[in-house]
Amino acid sequence: MSETVPKPDELVQIDYRPPVRDWMHTPVQFRRGTFCYAAAPKNLKYLEMPNPRDWQPMDEDWKLPENWREIILEGMRERLEKFRSFRLFMDICVRCGACADKCHFYIGSGDPKNMPVLRAELLRSVYRRYFTLAGRLAPKLAGARDLTVDVLKEWFYYFYQCTECRRCSVFCPYGIDTAEVTMLARELLNLVGCNINWAIEPVANCFRTGNHLGVQPHGFKDSIEFAVDELEDLTGVRVEVPIMKKGAEVLFIMPSADYFASPHYYTLLGYLLLFHHVGLDYTVSAYASEGGNFGLFTSHEMIKRLNDKMYREARRLKVKYLIGGECGHMWRVIHQYMDTMNGPADFLEVPVSPVTGTRFEHAASTKMIHICEFTADLIRHGKLKLDPSRNDHWKVTFHDSCNPARAMGLLEEPRYILRNVARHFYEMPENTIREQTFCCGSGSGLGTDENLEMRLRGGLPRANAVKYVRDRFGVNLLTCICAIDKATLPPLLDYWVPGVEVAGVHELVGNALVMEGEKPRTTDLRGQPLASIQPPEVTHA
Amino acid sequence: MHVLPALITVLLLVAAGYAAGRIEALRFFFGAVVPLAAVAVFLGGIAWRVLRWAASPVPFRIPTTCGQQRSLPWLKHARLDNPATGWGVLGRMALEVLLFRSLFRNTKAELHAGPKLVYSEEKWLWLAALAFHWSFLIVFLRHLRFFMEPVPAFVLALQNLDGFFQIGAPVLYWSGVIILVALLYLLARRLWDPQIRYVSLFTDYFALMLLLGLVSSGLLMRYFTKVDIVAVKQLAVGLITLSPVVPAAVSPLVFVHLFLLSVLLAYFPFSKLVHMPGVFLSPTRNLANNNRARRHVNPWNYPVKVHTYEEWEEEFRDKIVAAGLPLDKE
Amino acid sequence: MRDRPWILLGLVAFLGLITFPIWYNQAAGTTSAAPELQKAVKGDTCIYPTDYMRASHMDVLMRWRDEVVRNDKRLVKIGDKTYNMSLTSTCMDCHTSKADFCDKCHNYAGVKPYCWDCHVDPALLKGGAGERAALRAPGGQHVD
Repeated sequence: MSETVPKPDELVQIDYRPPVRDWMHTPVQFRRGTFCYAAAPKNLKYLEMPNPRDWQPMDEDWKLPENWREIILEGMRERLEKFRSFRLFMDICVRCGACADKCHFYIGSGDPKNMPVLRAELLRSVYRRYFTLAGRLAPKLAGARDLTVDVLKEWFYYFYQCTECRRCSVFCPYGIDTAEVTMLARELLNLVGCNINWAIEPVANCFRTGNHLGVQPHGFKDSIEFAVDELEDLTGVRVEVPIMKKGAEVLFIMPSADYFASPHYYTLLGYLLLFHHVGLDYTVSAYASEGGNFGLFTSHEMIKRLNDKMYREARRLKVKYLIGGECGHMWRVIHQYMDTMNGPADFLEVPVSPVTGTRFEHAASTKMIHICEFTADLIRHGKLKLDPSRNDHWKVTFHDSCNPARAMGLLEEPRYILRNVARHFYEMPENTIREQTFCCGSGSGLGTDENLEMRLRGGLPRANAVKYVRDRFGVNLLTCICAIDKATLPPLLDYWVPGVEVAGVHELVGNALVMEGEKPRTTDLRGQPLASIQPPEVTHA
Repeated sequence: MHVLPALITVLLLVAAGYAAGRIEALRFFFGAVVPLAAVAVFLGGIAWRVLRWAASPVPFRIPTTCGQQRSLPWLKHARLDNPATGWGVLGRMALEVLLFRSLFRNTKAELHAGPKLVYSEEKWLWLAALAFHWSFLIVFLRHLRFFMEPVPAFVLALQNLDGFFQIGAPVLYWSGVIILVALLYLLARRLWDPQIRYVSLFTDYFALMLLLGLVSSGLLMRYFTKVDIVAVKQLAVGLITLSPVVPAAVSPLVFVHLFLLSVLLAYFPFSKLVHMPGVFLSPTRNLANNNRARRHVNPWNYPVKVHTYEEWEEEFRDKIVAAGLPLDKE
Repeated sequence: MRDRPWILLGLVAFLGLITFPIWYNQAAGTTSAAPELQKAVKGDTCIYPTDYMRASHMDVLMRWRDEVVRNDKRLVKIGDKTYNMSLTSTCMDCHTSKADFCDKCHNYAGVKPYCWDCHVDPALLKGGAGERAALRAPGGQHVD
């Protein structure tokens, strides 16, 4: 934890009183720890994005193009015509404030501009000034204001202080979706080269190598082989992981963190055991080696540019359909964008589980199913041999990741799996789970260390709900199905609620799976001793 | 900040309406021309607004899902909060439009020592909003007795229902009381809650105060200083049959009421009040979450620059070979 | 876009509904003419000026009811004249026809006063005492 971050008891002294001064005339302060650094020019150049240059948000001069205002306004006009959502959300908000205390960043910071209504007003005030009659005639009365450099800086600060989690949208009487507003605002910022490196570098990596982390084909293969070796050590079973095997039934795509970061890695071990257990004919690809898509945090065009490789690789490998791993925003893209952008996937077949025969009609067009849907179906049909006592050392809770919850509705599948692979499962309070789940505070490309204070603030509501189940039920493991969660929740929980670890759902599946020909398991996939063998064999005495 | 200008504006409008009612030369203009023009602006404005929204496509299907998706048949699907069919969407929209489903979810988050975040139910906003909108509809429909001759049976039935307890003469209509209380609550909430006050603009107060002025002037005429309602109906029927008359017996108070209504109508399409038609078009609510089952087509989907497999293989050829992975092009 | 017909349909439905009163009046041949009332059969002036009575007669009647029913006071002095505070005896002495006087405006304005929950139209009483008794409203003590 960096030196500059205050202690929890200091950080939690949150002043919710709004400033006396009108928000339109309160310029933004770039305070260290609460914003992300600018995108490096090399990344922008590689992606052929506008205005690559050396700059940082705390600089006075942002080195904007001379006609930056025209570019932004033209960009707005274009998007108002392309997105009904944009025009509608600019027009119909009544500022009822129902969204205000639904935002994790507002709860954690008390900054009124983190109330979703005001975050969107930052953009709306400019929309009204240039695109509505009332705003042109009487800007003051209409709540309109000029687009100035200060306004642009404010946009940058607050639209990169929204994780596009959609929690506010659940409560909005008109369904105004701040994620949509933020996505479009970021597109506008991107037009004049105001973007953050933590989003753009993964995009550049992904475009080039196929994955956010920039892992190249040999690195990919090494990682997978390492996992296979490790699994053999742990279980005595040697699984086979075909890489880019043509004619396999299924192409499996996971977020790159699963094969390159911890604790994601244990989830990968879980997937591999599962596929081996049911004898799935599948393959993974070093080209389509990323499920995640930081294009979602950049622009619609970038989503499409990065996501292209999924169907492209599926076609090349002549698979029948795709299965996707545990990742939140990846599933927003797959579920709500992929088919529209990169489809139609008419060269694929409607997914059918080769083990149970279940036809996944709900994925009949996109031809991609979530690993949790696949696994839940297997369990339901009794196709998995499970020993849930192998997870007895964990008291488990489940964190709904924003996108599977609010852009998909994947709520019960992971819970069903967890109840079958673990024996101690506890829900967090109902206002913090399912469609009301709280973000980890680091989504949408904000999970970088220079932004740590803001991440800890934004993660407070989630961590606080975890604290509740830790204190009440002794929960020591938070499971989730999102790679960003797995990367950013461990430091968050260490800070707010020490003693709770983070794992993917399929890590617990892997622990519980009784593999054919396995050696007696003494540890879980992390190499930690199992609870059941901790008291030496006295039970049969 | 914006309260006083809004109050002053509405008071000026009231004064203007009253003055117009007293000045013979202005009576026809304010009693006939202004209301007809306002109705024209309202109808034209709403149509323009809706057509403009319709002109922008919905490139992506982006429902906000608030319950379990329809996936595996043995999992209980949330048909209304996460609809997968057109009928489900119809149900969701009906709940949204008629009962304010989303607002009903409202909670209040409070940070207590510990730290401990507590979320409590917060239904007052929902209740006030629902009370206001429904009573407004009832009041609006009741007013048809002024505009339609003979008075249709459903209007009479509605009046009977609304004045069920037969308190006083003229009979007290509950909708009139409820709308006033609801509006006062909504205004008080804007003023007292520091967060809501901070986000409130001139237009937020103006809309509320305009409605309060409209409602109060109506209540005043019905229950306190009575007006000749036969003359009022003549005026109303004259307007709606496009043969306006302004009988001498029409009280200046009627002009206040009518002028505030005219301002509301003309202001409606150009303000946040367009949430009325807007709510029907919200893509996070009016689309079925059948994304993976049925392809949604984006009319402006355009080709983008991608990194094809062939380019990728070419770029990493050495490494692919070194790793012993298969190549497409040897 | 496939939803445009639906939006258009919705808009047309809305415009149709909101302009329904226009078509309704058109069909009914309604004009802005006021209802024709029965002229008072006697007397030059009402108890109060006509403008006041047009707008506020219900206030007068309510006041009278309270005086008679609650305070047992029957007479009221207005100006230099004294009147019996009675709807059917005093008011309807000049405005004799409920149908051609009271009902005209009340129907026009969609008003259903509950005077007639207890009171009986005197025109109906001319048939004789038996009918008078039969028409006596249940619990109505002051039919006169």
